[in-house]
Amino acid sequence: MNKTLLLIKHEFIGTVRRKAFIILTLAFPLIALLGILAGQVLPGMIKTTTTVEKVGYVDQVGLFNQTTAENNIHLILYSTEDAAKTALEQKDISEYFVIPANYIKTGSIQRYTLTTEIAPGSAVQSAISDFLLNNLLQGNSPDIIARAKNPVNISSTTLTAGGTPASNQGGFTAIILPYIFCILLLLAIFTSSGYLLQGLGEEKENRVMEILLSSISPRQLLAGKVLGLGAAGLVQIVVWLISANFLLRMASASWGSVLGSLQITPEFLILGIVYFILGYLLMAILMAGVGSISPTAREGQQMSVIFIMPVIIPIYFITLILENSDSVAVRILTFIPLTAPITVMVRSGISVIPIWELAVSIGILILSVWGLFVLTTKLFRTYLLMYGKRPDLREIVRSFRES
Amino acid sequence: MFSVEVNHILKTYGKRAAVNDVSFNVNQGEIFGLIGPNGAGKTTTIRMMMDIIKPDSGDIKIMGEKLNDNSKNKIGYLPEERGLYKKMTVMDTIIYFASLKGIDAPLARQRGEELLKRADLLPHRNKRIEELSRGMSQIIQVIITVIHEPDLIILDEPFSGLDPVNTQLLKDLIRDLKKKGKTIIMSTHLMNDIEELCDRLLMINKGRAVLYGSLAEVKSNYRNNAVLVEAAGELGNIEGVTAQTPHNGAVELKLDAKTTPQMLLERLVKKGIVVNRFELSTPSLTEIFIKVVGDEHE
Repeated sequence: MNKTLLLIKHEFIGTVRRKAFIILTLAFPLIALLGILAGQVLPGMIKTTTTVEKVGYVDQVGLFNQTTAENNIHLILYSTEDAAKTALEQKDISEYFVIPANYIKTGSIQRYTLTTEIAPGSAVQSAISDFLLNNLLQGNSPDIIARAKNPVNISSTTLTAGGTPASNQGGFTAIILPYIFCILLLLAIFTSSGYLLQGLGEEKENRVMEILLSSISPRQLLAGKVLGLGAAGLVQIVVWLISANFLLRMASASWGSVLGSLQITPEFLILGIVYFILGYLLMAILMAGVGSISPTAREGQQMSVIFIMPVIIPIYFITLILENSDSVAVRILTFIPLTAPITVMVRSGISVIPIWELAVSIGILILSVWGLFVLTTKLFRTYLLMYGKRPDLREIVRSFRES
Repeated sequence: MFSVEVNHILKTYGKRAAVNDVSFNVNQGEIFGLIGPNGAGKTTTIRMMMDIIKPDSGDIKIMGEKLNDNSKNKIGYLPEERGLYKKMTVMDTIIYFASLKGIDAPLARQRGEELLKRADLLPHRNKRIEELSRGMSQIIQVIITVIHEPDLIILDEPFSGLDPVNTQLLKDLIRDLKKKGKTIIMSTHLMNDIEELCDRLLMINKGRAVLYGSLAEVKSNYRNNAVLVEAAGELGNIEGVTAQTPHNGAVELKLDAKTTPQMLLERLVKKGIVVNRFELSTPSLTEIFIKVVGDEHE
């Protein structure tokens, strides 16, 4: 068998047998499953209160006397504030509010309660709001009153240049999938490239490196490691995607309105796979480079943060990307190899990325993967056998030039 | 055809030349010793032969060609820095490293078992490397080095860290390999190992080759024109002898430039001295080593 293939097999089997890998791979479907089950069980467990709550009010405008009972909240009119206060103190009512004489002008009312709370409960708030509206719109038909309470239900359609509805309609559901995907992508990339870094560090520490290099070339070693661990990462992603498919179907029963409309379009899937592979290769090769120049696995992990930060940056600016998905700044993030995978996946959820931008982004990624592969092979040759000492930047640059 | 040809290799780290214009050839089927003090450049030379490091200049041919995938499979290499995957079992380790040398699993298992048996390690075959003692895992590494029955075996400081029993085991193995026609290159700073095992040698000091040739040649070049004589009775004054020093029950006679050992023998016979032993005094490799390295220091 080809030596690179042997190495791929060795690394792949070594990784998928790791306990940490198995736990991480299974954890996501399990956590999601728990969430779904909770969604089905919890609503039955939460009791809706059926006790009637009494809320007092003082009307200084003299307009509010209609529909005082709203669901379980009954409104009781008091003629003066003092009377309402006494009733509250005697716990006849749980709270009261005052509609001041200038309410029509200002819209503000004053509410008094005995309990400390962050904000008024939503049931009370909507009861008060409905009560005020009902009274303000006295004489109008119930339909109009109902419409006034809920005046708009926007449903928007994105049209293409030709006037037909676009395939990507955006919105919350369009964003949730790229977001989840980005998280999984980052996890898969970081775990497998992390294993690579750790593996290299261990091989340096336990001195296997020299035996390996006496049987295979640095190029074969790098390719075998990157591809073997990449295959393991791909398995992880595939397990997640397949289980996501099942889970989504299960979930539509309980979380139907949100998740039921989620769709994985072929375009999204292809982009996802392309950017996973390229993003992973880039990260893995960078990690291999870091691993080759760091004396121990631990030091390598510390150094690797320099490259991990840029990959995560687009997640921090996710709202910026969502709101200005065609701006110059976002385009630049699309073209920078380290930020491209996440930026593109987030953008693809919200808008259609021009083909030329994708072409440039993918092109730059492929070129950087290749360039880094060549450079890292040279680093491997020079530094894999250098134990106990980390070369400084000048030495590294010199070794590139020499080899 | 030489097994290894090294031509004027040079390797510098920063300003320091680790290996400076070193050339040597290794014949097929011989045991070749690479000797020198610590830090002399032995390991760097070996790493360049294994194509792990590239020389700045000069070239190296292994079995007549530049090292390639195919010839790598015909070399067994035991590095000085030794280690194995701690979590792997002995047999898995042997099979994996054998596979990197192009040996399939069943054959590797069969040969592995034979070699383990020979080293009395067969009962340990399913243990993890981390459960073994240092000496044991070193023997496992030796097994890995020869599992693919390579034509050329390179051993970097093979005896360091081994107890006397394992040292003997390894020496027997090296002699066996030689009998099978394998070429062996071993580096060491222990001169005794070289005197015991090697046919030819190269001595490096501070990156430069200082001695090169067969063991006998090197010794004769460093012969100090002296003779060891064991005789009954006092020798007294003899013409042409500049000094007499006792040496393991015999006497070492230093000769002046005009006198040959043959002439000395005639004079001893003429004087009626009964000679029990008469041999040319050759310095041990250790003495040569100290002399050469000492000279370099000056």
